[in-house]
Amino acid sequence: MYTLPNKLKLFAIIFMVVGALGILTGFLTTPGSTAEVKEMMASHGDGHGETHSVAAVDTDESHAVNAEHNGGHDENAADSEEEHLKHTLHQMQNRPWSALYIAAFFFFMIALGTLAFYAIQWASQAGWSPVLYRVMEAITAYLVPGGIIMFVLLALSGFHINHLFVWADPDVVAHDKLLQGKAGWLNGTAVLIRAAIFLGGWMLYRHFAVKFSRKSDETTDNKWFKKSFKISAGFLVFFIYTESIMSWDWLMSFDPHWFSTLFGWYVFAGMMVCAFTVIAMITIYLKSKGYLEFVNNSHIHDMGKWMFAFSIFWTYLWFSQFMLIWYANIPEEVTYFVTRIEDFKLPFFGMLAMNFVFPVLLLMNSDYKRVNWFVILTGIVILAGHYIDVYLMVTPGTVGTSWYIGIPEIGSLLFFFGLFVFVVFSALTKAPLLVKNNPFVKESKNYHY
Amino acid sequence: MASKVIHAIYTDDDILMQAVKQVRSEHYHIDEVYTPFPVHGLDKAMGLADTRIAITSFLYGLVGLTVATVMMNYIMIQDWPQDIGGKPSFSYIENMPAFVPIMFEMTVFFAAHLMVITFYMRSKLWPFKKAENPDVRTTDDHFLMVVDTGNHDIEKLSKFLHDTGALEISLIENEEDH
Repeated sequence: MYTLPNKLKLFAIIFMVVGALGILTGFLTTPGSTAEVKEMMASHGDGHGETHSVAAVDTDESHAVNAEHNGGHDENAADSEEEHLKHTLHQMQNRPWSALYIAAFFFFMIALGTLAFYAIQWASQAGWSPVLYRVMEAITAYLVPGGIIMFVLLALSGFHINHLFVWADPDVVAHDKLLQGKAGWLNGTAVLIRAAIFLGGWMLYRHFAVKFSRKSDETTDNKWFKKSFKISAGFLVFFIYTESIMSWDWLMSFDPHWFSTLFGWYVFAGMMVCAFTVIAMITIYLKSKGYLEFVNNSHIHDMGKWMFAFSIFWTYLWFSQFMLIWYANIPEEVTYFVTRIEDFKLPFFGMLAMNFVFPVLLLMNSDYKRVNWFVILTGIVILAGHYIDVYLMVTPGTVGTSWYIGIPEIGSLLFFFGLFVFVVFSALTKAPLLVKNNPFVKESKNYHY
Repeated sequence: MASKVIHAIYTDDDILMQAVKQVRSEHYHIDEVYTPFPVHGLDKAMGLADTRIAITSFLYGLVGLTVATVMMNYIMIQDWPQDIGGKPSFSYIENMPAFVPIMFEMTVFFAAHLMVITFYMRSKLWPFKKAENPDVRTTDDHFLMVVDTGNHDIEKLSKFLHDTGALEISLIENEEDH
């Protein structure tokens, strides 16, 4: 059995407190009126004013996209100044919400990806991974609090308590033919009902999978194993539909004028990479503390292979989406990437280096995948890269050109990191770290590659 | 100088593996082992060095990537930068997404084919090559270990090999030197 060290508990709580302070600061420093925005802009000095006017020209495209914010106003010279300030005000007010949403989703998707991987291991009757099942079960424990937080955030945005989703704003929809056409799908009630179904289904599977796995420890026959196998296979069917729809509702609808067919897969690939990385990192951590003596470096090697392969898979989907849109250059599709390349150049291409070049070069060598600190180092870069990936799916549609990675973003990240560590490591104490009576556990303990 | 070797035949890969370990621990020299199929872990038991073919493959891949990049940069950007369907051909980077499929395929092509050819050359395999098979049964269900007699006592060595589970032991005079 694993006991939660007090140090780790304290560590998680400090992160949560510091993070909560950061989130609070983010909300308190948001300007309340256009006058404050003007003041903030002026106080930044001449240098900024100059770059700002350049940025204003550059972002014509994004203005056109976000024109519905202002009810499709004509850009008259007289009120364009006031319009611009109003636009910036909305962006700045969105920033702390957006930061919160990104971090909440980022940690939630790690738990969800782990759940999917866990189900795949059961359904495929994997012989190498049963020694890691308890680590995976613990990571998926975050699904419940993380899912509830996501639901609350969606409810707040879906009913226009904040301005994250433009489709939730009745004023905007009233002036936007496209959004009216999509209103049957994209409205607060429908999104929440779907979210409830997805989260309910995932949590239900998580509940029973863990329950069956624990029950299996006490029996000698394969009854619970067979049950786990069946619900895992069923869950995977449910998951692939709901994951896809979830990605449209929770991420793609930040840019409701834009759509992409492979978006669901793209989000899936990113979440799986993060899940593998976190499984590998927690396994290495627990092993270094002497809790997983039955895990050998072949298991780490396999997790390294997953990280490597899915990093490439993620890049393949990223590039497929990008290249098809870039090549055809159809205006209503391409604005998505135009805003990202023009306003987010460094994070946009930087994440490509972090999520592709880095893992490919570092994890290609078979021996390196067995070296713990190599896996940890690559894992940190991959996780940071995929945080930026989620950031880039959300921020351009909410904060736009007023983006910056500062106190609200880091605060949210720290808060959810603390919560994640707390929940996951508390869950680890609930059951022995090695499953018993799993028909594959002996093979898994002797696994050697 | 004609050297003498002993051919020891086994019929089970587990016994063969044991025998290889025993022979090595007695410091006899194994020239070669012939098996009908890959025996997992045999290379480790024999103490063979790891293959470096993956490293060559990586380098060949880099060559392929370079060839693709240089080729398309010359053709599409330097030599005749036409406007084809509005694609920007002012610099390589501007039009790069269109080149990526070729860069990828060329990398894979070079890495795969050159690695295979390297494998053939290093293993000395080609059409019309004379098969080097000391006993035809080794392609079906027998395993053959070739042990160098060196300066060892042949009687003692044969006895030892027999004890490791060899079914047939024969002394062969090697005509060609190596």
